[in-house]
Amino acid sequence: MRAVLEPDDLRRYDELNDGQGGMRPHWRELFSRLRLHESPDAVRRSLELTRRLIVENGVTYNVYADPQGADRPWALDPLPFVLPATEWQTIEAGVAQRARLLNALLADLYGPQRLLAEGHIPAELPFGHPNYLWPCHGLRPVDGQWLHVYAADLARAPDGRWWLLADRTQAPSGAGYALENREILEQVHPETIPELSVRRTRGFFGALRSLMLGYAGDEAPLAVILTPGPYNETYFEHAYLARQLGMPLVEGHDLTVRGDTVFLKTLGGLRRVHAILRRLDDDFCDPLELRGDSALGIPGLLGSLRAGRVVLSNALGTGVIESAAWLGFLPPISERLIGERLLLPEVATWWLGEKPALEYVLSNLDRLVIKPTYPNQRFEPMFGRDFTGVRRDELIERLRNRPYAYVAQEHVRLSQAPVWKSASSSELDARALTIRVYAVVTPAGVQVMPGGLARVANEAAADVVSTQRGGGAKDIWVLAPEARQDAGEEFPMPTGKWSANQRQDYIPSRLVENLYWLGRYTVRCENNARLLLRTLAGRSDARVWAHARQTCRDLGAVAPDGDVLDALRTGDQGLHADVKHLAWCAAQSRNRLSARYWRGVVGLQRQMQEAPATRGSSREIYERALLSLAALTGFSEEDMMHDEGWRVMRLGRRIERLQFIARILVSQLTSRHATRPETVEWLLDVCDSTPIYRARYIGAPRLSQMLNLLLYDDGHPMALVFLRRSIDRDLDDLARSLQGERERGVPDVPMLPQGAAERLDAAGPVGEGERAGLARELGELLDKSGELSDRLSRRYFALIDSDAQALAT
Amino acid sequence: MKRKYRIRHETRYTYAADVVHSHHLLHLVPRPAPYQECLEHDIEICPENHRRVNEFDAFGNPLVRVELAQPHRELAVVSRMEIEVHPRPAVNADTTEAWEKVGEEFAYRGAWPSRDQLDAARFRHESPHVRLKQSFTDYAHDCFAAGQPILVCAERLTEKLHKEIVYAPGETTISTPVTEVLEKRRGVCQDFAHLMISCLRSRGLPARYVSGYLRTNVASAGGEKKLVGDAASHAWVAVWSPPYGWIEFDPTNGCFAGTDHVAVAWGRDFGDVSPLRGVILGGAEHQLSVTVRVEPVDETSVESAMAARSLSTSAERR
Repeated sequence: MRAVLEPDDLRRYDELNDGQGGMRPHWRELFSRLRLHESPDAVRRSLELTRRLIVENGVTYNVYADPQGADRPWALDPLPFVLPATEWQTIEAGVAQRARLLNALLADLYGPQRLLAEGHIPAELPFGHPNYLWPCHGLRPVDGQWLHVYAADLARAPDGRWWLLADRTQAPSGAGYALENREILEQVHPETIPELSVRRTRGFFGALRSLMLGYAGDEAPLAVILTPGPYNETYFEHAYLARQLGMPLVEGHDLTVRGDTVFLKTLGGLRRVHAILRRLDDDFCDPLELRGDSALGIPGLLGSLRAGRVVLSNALGTGVIESAAWLGFLPPISERLIGERLLLPEVATWWLGEKPALEYVLSNLDRLVIKPTYPNQRFEPMFGRDFTGVRRDELIERLRNRPYAYVAQEHVRLSQAPVWKSASSSELDARALTIRVYAVVTPAGVQVMPGGLARVANEAAADVVSTQRGGGAKDIWVLAPEARQDAGEEFPMPTGKWSANQRQDYIPSRLVENLYWLGRYTVRCENNARLLLRTLAGRSDARVWAHARQTCRDLGAVAPDGDVLDALRTGDQGLHADVKHLAWCAAQSRNRLSARYWRGVVGLQRQMQEAPATRGSSREIYERALLSLAALTGFSEEDMMHDEGWRVMRLGRRIERLQFIARILVSQLTSRHATRPETVEWLLDVCDSTPIYRARYIGAPRLSQMLNLLLYDDGHPMALVFLRRSIDRDLDDLARSLQGERERGVPDVPMLPQGAAERLDAAGPVGEGERAGLARELGELLDKSGELSDRLSRRYFALIDSDAQALAT
Repeated sequence: MKRKYRIRHETRYTYAADVVHSHHLLHLVPRPAPYQECLEHDIEICPENHRRVNEFDAFGNPLVRVELAQPHRELAVVSRMEIEVHPRPAVNADTTEAWEKVGEEFAYRGAWPSRDQLDAARFRHESPHVRLKQSFTDYAHDCFAAGQPILVCAERLTEKLHKEIVYAPGETTISTPVTEVLEKRRGVCQDFAHLMISCLRSRGLPARYVSGYLRTNVASAGGEKKLVGDAASHAWVAVWSPPYGWIEFDPTNGCFAGTDHVAVAWGRDFGDVSPLRGVILGGAEHQLSVTVRVEPVDETSVESAMAARSLSTSAERR
């Protein structure tokens, strides 16, 4: 059970072993309960369960440079990282103190700037930093609070003390992953957690929720999570936090500033937003006053912040103190601002802008790491010892030319924590480790999450741990002090005059629009796939083939000059394009979809991408696509909340279907071969109606009977009457739940006059006239359904204005 | 001799579709300065149904915020002012500090900096339109001989830019990087200013961006000399020159800023003080027209009489 230590590692702190052949006391109980020696399978089982839960819960981390694609499963070690109660108390007090100090520092930098005037800090630190946001100078956030969520990265030095590596003040990420990690380990070690009295971490999220919902006064509070969108590396966490905190996940254009107030555009209209938990970097937050090229922000947000009408967590401009250059200045700043000595030691840090510091660093380069002062200098930490000869001279010249842009830090030998070596044995390996600890800063005090996110490198001797570079995570288990009763750490309910039962699930308009189009594209893909499939199936029958190909062109399943046989080879037309649209809409509404729905979308996309290269027949590809699409529809019925969003999605499906049926009937009615039994039969196939037709009618298919089925059969989900009623019902329900006026549906399906059936089947001018008349009426129905779609979008999604433009003269 | 100007600055956006909602920031009200005095100023905005708030920005410039909540197809902003510009006190370039010393004075020593120093320290760093790079240091190498007084260097740099950079309207946009301006050696007044600022700040010297207006028709002893500048607004540079403080240079015209220049606002670069900045929702394509008329009041002409009349008619309309 002992990790083998290399000579270099002897100077590192071993988290598990005490160096005298024994295990440190706080790990003993865990290992005795895991009973590894009794059941060697336990390791394998817990590893498998952890992996399975990660996949099932869809925990991912997007890696920018990952050739495998955007989403990588989160790597979680089932073995937790254990911290004893006394050690935790030191960390907790140190982190809470830092959160208070940094808040005071921000208030000074954006307010009176006393620290600058008194020479405590160099002007380069704030003014040279791209995240010192000048428009925020003089702004006073609600309650004077700049920092609501703070995270500290810590590492244990060889002397056994925890040292501060970095402060996270912008929009600290990872708390959601920490919560998810705990949920997974609770399932992997269901008994061990309570038996060891591991402290619960959920109270942290309760405190955060209370804080965010506490700014509404007497109004029903609305707090949202602002995300840059599904392409962000930690989007999973944003969606996860949104679900855990019960706050809508929104993007910049879901919000709008009118006057001094921020509103969320919802299905039911504009709703005032009281607080925003942002996961978007501060300089992107307001294209009006900050980066004008940001399409992600909310124009006018700063105005609302100045007026104190909204709380932004964290406030804008907080990114400026994330620079490592601050670390060496913080001890005297702490004395000056809060009159306290810093409890947590920070890694020795020199800002090279001071001449003596520069000279010291240049003569001690081998044991130091060079880091950028500002985040826009894009380079990885440089270890001085790696630079020799000419490269070293170049480095020294770089540092001398712009010393203020560099920071040097002592090289920290990270401590090593145990991880499972492999699934097949209970042997342990050692890995370099850092931990991230989170705090919520409330007006009443700082609450530190008893736990957090431990990250391990993928090698033992690493000195940088980064999720972007691989490596994994561990849950942190803080053991409760023996006397402590662990009650009271559950969600405290926010207090306020509003009722706790009040509806909070505002659905952003943008989400609703994407769900609507997701519904439409799912059916469009299905229609086109079936149309193409049946057309190919009719290839051997000359009486059908030409007619069917023409119909495919009429309905846009292939390009006007394209051909059915090539439909899969062209990537940007027809079904290919529709699947891309479908996937896009799904990505935009991903946090409303179940994990298996999303997996279905990814699978469908892959099928289509691989299609041009597949040797298998096109028909097989269409068959498989139809199966995947049917699964998606099934998942949306079974997995989704049947709320307004879902209803709008179903409306999209029904409207799309209705339009398809009407369109293909018009195409048939105006064809020269309208009454041919073969074409009628083909159309029934395309509309998936052959079995029902056979059950109803005997004999060769006739146009009039087919029309009877597809127009009026109210038990047949492909029939226009059925679709029209379903649309009406959804409009009724939508009006009721949104307490608004009901939207007008589509008009009645045209009635056939007495004796029309005979005439429809007839050849010659009589038949042609009758068919053209019906085609015209169906054409009107088609137009009206298009108008309904437009009305829906004007009414429910018109608040969306994704085409925001920045102007400047 | 002091001069008096009547200035009219009109900005007109025409949109192909309705703009449903928009926010704008206006840097159009001239800031007070020792060398100028604004006698009268007003901004007329059409559509009239809008929300307007007057503030000051973080650099002390007057700032007007405008929000339009009604659908509109056109936005017209007309800024009018009457302003007096005084000659600036004479400076003796040779008595200013050596440029190296100017930069070194900003080195952090843990001591209380002076108020002026702290103020100037805001204008020594990279900002969205200004880069700090060796290429700028190298380009201006011949202007910064060792031990030379800062003002002598700044004058040389102004002349160098005037000589070597081609004034080429329409070839660059607001988003053309200053590195590209250096490479192509072509641009308009904003580019001249950003390039000069980059050259100064790359050497650790404070420099700020001044936005304003320029009288383009200047009568001089040898007939009429024409200064170049945008038909819109003009931009130049202020250089931190102890013991005098900020001294302004116009690199586009290769001269000191004087009574032909009317300052409106200053900041780190164009981004801090653009005359009209906004975000609109909707609108599709838009057309922009900007006209600036800078009219000396003491040189009475038919044109100015007409301008006066149009001013009064619009006053009646309101």
